[in-house]
Amino acid sequence: MTKFIIRRLLQTIPVLLGVTILVFSLMHLIPGDPAQIIAGEAAPERQVEQIRERLGLNDPLHVQYGTFLGNVVTGDLGTSVRSSRPVADEIGARFWVTVELAVYSTILSVFMGLIAGIVSAVRHYTLTDVAIMVVALFGLSMPNFWLGLMLIQWFAIGNWIPESLQPFLQMRASGWGDDWRQVILPVITLGTAGAAIIARMTRSSMLEVISQDYIRTARAKGVKERVVVYQHALKNALIPVVTVVGLEFGALLGGTVLTETIFAINGMGRLTIDAIRQRDFPVVQGTVLVISVLFVMVNLLVDISYRFLNKRIDLN
Amino acid sequence: MNSSENILEIRELRTSFFTDEGEVKAVDGVSFELPRGKTIGIVGESGSGKSITALSILNLLAKPGEIKGGEIRFKGENILTYSEKQMREIRGNDISMIFQEPMTSLNPVYTVGQQIMESIRIHQGLNKREAKLKAIEMLKLVGIPSPEKRVDQYPFELSGGMRQRVMIAIALSCNPDMLIADEPTTALDVTIQAQILDLIRELQNKLNMSVMMITHDLGVVAETCDYVAVMYAGQVVEFSDVRTLFKNPRHPYTVGLLNSLPRHDIEQEKLKPINGTVPSPHNMPKGCRFAPRCPFATELCRESLPELVADENNNQIRCWIYSDEWDGDPEVNVHDSEERTAKG
Amino acid sequence: MSENTVNHPVTAKKVNPRIENYKMIWKRLKKNKAALVGGYLIVFFIVVAIFGPMFLSKSPNETDIANKLAGPSAEFWFGTDNFGRDIFVRIIHGMSITLYVGFTSVVIGLVVGVPLGIISGYYGGRIDNLIMRVMDVLLAFPGILLALAIVSVLGGSLQNVIIAVGIFSIPAFARIVRGSTLSVKKLEYIDAVRALGATDFRIIFRHILPNVMSPIIVQATLRIATAVLTAAGLSFLGLGAQPPMPEWGAMLSEGRAYIYDAWHVAFFPGMMIVFVVLAFNIFGDGIRDALDPKMKQ
Repeated sequence: MTKFIIRRLLQTIPVLLGVTILVFSLMHLIPGDPAQIIAGEAAPERQVEQIRERLGLNDPLHVQYGTFLGNVVTGDLGTSVRSSRPVADEIGARFWVTVELAVYSTILSVFMGLIAGIVSAVRHYTLTDVAIMVVALFGLSMPNFWLGLMLIQWFAIGNWIPESLQPFLQMRASGWGDDWRQVILPVITLGTAGAAIIARMTRSSMLEVISQDYIRTARAKGVKERVVVYQHALKNALIPVVTVVGLEFGALLGGTVLTETIFAINGMGRLTIDAIRQRDFPVVQGTVLVISVLFVMVNLLVDISYRFLNKRIDLN
Repeated sequence: MNSSENILEIRELRTSFFTDEGEVKAVDGVSFELPRGKTIGIVGESGSGKSITALSILNLLAKPGEIKGGEIRFKGENILTYSEKQMREIRGNDISMIFQEPMTSLNPVYTVGQQIMESIRIHQGLNKREAKLKAIEMLKLVGIPSPEKRVDQYPFELSGGMRQRVMIAIALSCNPDMLIADEPTTALDVTIQAQILDLIRELQNKLNMSVMMITHDLGVVAETCDYVAVMYAGQVVEFSDVRTLFKNPRHPYTVGLLNSLPRHDIEQEKLKPINGTVPSPHNMPKGCRFAPRCPFATELCRESLPELVADENNNQIRCWIYSDEWDGDPEVNVHDSEERTAKG
Repeated sequence: MSENTVNHPVTAKKVNPRIENYKMIWKRLKKNKAALVGGYLIVFFIVVAIFGPMFLSKSPNETDIANKLAGPSAEFWFGTDNFGRDIFVRIIHGMSITLYVGFTSVVIGLVVGVPLGIISGYYGGRIDNLIMRVMDVLLAFPGILLALAIVSVLGGSLQNVIIAVGIFSIPAFARIVRGSTLSVKKLEYIDAVRALGATDFRIIFRHILPNVMSPIIVQATLRIATAVLTAAGLSFLGLGAQPPMPEWGAMLSEGRAYIYDAWHVAFFPGMMIVFVVLAFNIFGDGIRDALDPKMKQ
């Protein structure tokens, strides 16, 4: 097990290096002179040269990458062109907002997905099953930005919402903070697709497990059907679902870009979009890097826990 | 035979599977009985309905399968009328079952001990500690070395033979009256096969169990059984005690099965396989189901299905040759291999 | 006796196993009602995309300020937007954009990803390691983020969205094809063919590629759904199709400002995205079930 963890950690290193190379290349793949683009088209040559100097753009590429990597490792993600503040500071304030959003949404996805998937599997081929799977298919096919807008419209327009629930709707430009209820709509928006995927996965995993020989053994022992399903089958069925949860968390991290834009949440996703619009490339590099590294780390954790859960099944 | 001596009596059992292509009669009017303390072998090729018969007894059929009719009398009571709750009390307690695939028949996420204890705790109401002691005792009984250590291991840590021993330990943990063994040795190495069969026989004597041994291997039958029911295409074609069956097989199918076996007692030039294959359940022959493959088949055989007829010793046969209506050669000898090869 | 062995029909004519296989797949596909519905919907959408605009008297950019933000009615089925443009007309015109983006970006993913996957799986070793590590890096950018980063570099336009979403699809194809190639390569007949002196090129095109087609088809279908969603998302963020192009994501984005007063401006483009994505998803599910009955349920 320790050997596996070490090997898996070592495997992560080239991926992380690759991520930094790709993020570093972002700046250099921009058609034209990055310094000119950052400075703006009308900027005088002297200012462009200054930026070029400041960003080290006159050095050979590998030297530039070395500097970039060294800075990243020490937590220096460069300086925002627009705000002139360190990118790390810009991100720092927003990092937890995004993580919170993604974590809550993942929890919702797993919770809803598992319940729906199990119910669907237990009642497979009944109307309940069909209904759940149709809803899941819609959930999977819905653009989350559309779902978000429709939720806002539906909740906000309707005067039907009781006074006590009004804070649901009050989105604040500074992100949430004061009232947990403000979290609900964004979390539903972001978590629906994940819930649908997990529901489908759980269902098929359950159905596969239910037809295994060891389930028949349990029944032949005289075990109650409820125990057969919720203990013998579920314990096995959940193992493959774990991997999906990790991937879903990643998809949710990516999805925060859209959700934060719709709900005016001041997280990393919205920071990325604003930076792209303002051509503030150091900030784009920073957010993309941070989100990707976070995703790689979560996947690492998921892999290790999958391995841990699975060790009883497969020794190799 | 007095019915109280029989632990199990099956009468006209019919089990079907309802598929997209229509009803598949996997078991079609099967009858036999098993005297208390004895062993019956159910023999047939794959697809003959022998495993479905076994699953029907415990009512463990998977979804499209359904028992359509007949009686299954266990200790004189028709358990087909039992509720699911009543059946649960029988499963693993009065009737236990072990399966063909020891590699996949144990739940990978529970320890061996947990899986034995579950049965004990359900049926005997012991607490955790007592059940664990009993589980260790069972592991010792089925010949697993260092049972105190094995009890906390997961199935992946055990070999196939060991797993089958664990399955037997689970099955026997509540002293069942009857054990159904569905091809218990097919998936195992030859040397392990003998050990497992010996183990079943030994424990049968020790615990005074009746055993239903499902197999396609007549060698296993000769070694372990008192009675044999030969199944073909969902029906019993011959039932007799094991001695009679091997000495004087009467059904051409039984003869064919025996001829396809290597034997040590007589000199054989070559083994003779039975020509053709088991009929598709979607396309059953009108008459005797074996007629398409039978070297002796006549017009009568192809046109109508013979009944299962018992003689005074309760040896039963489903074949027109032994009836008064037989329209073929009255002197026919089913053991005459010359004729077989000539016509087949 | 010989007459009665009909249970086991012997077909005298020589059959091509691959064609027989496709026939069987087709039969299974026809049985899967959901897949059929998905397939019919896709065909319907394609027909609408090609011929739909011919039947409309209005142009997608025809403004009618007097009727701006009008709700759905007999005259404007899906209502009008803030310039009084007929949303229904725009949606019909936008159909071809959506399908075009979906298909072309997946084709980019296929053209690059499939050869990478085959090379990786077939040759193994260092080249495999290199390709797969690069794919790992691409997959390390979760969800829409990779496409977003690419568009941020290339600049926002429909063209660049297609390229970005195409690159975003490469690793999925490369991985799946590599896996299938590995399992096909293990089959004994590949060794036999090689022993007969077939070149790598011939083995790959005659033997490996046909055998990895099924997972490619399934993946491509499901990937179109993802591509449509991703591309719409980028356009919604203003990084893709630019107004006044009747691209659904961009239309939704424009409708966002009027969400409180005129819900229909954002609703209908989104609804259409749902339908198109849904059609590809259920069709993809269906062919997966038909190609691999083991995975059914």
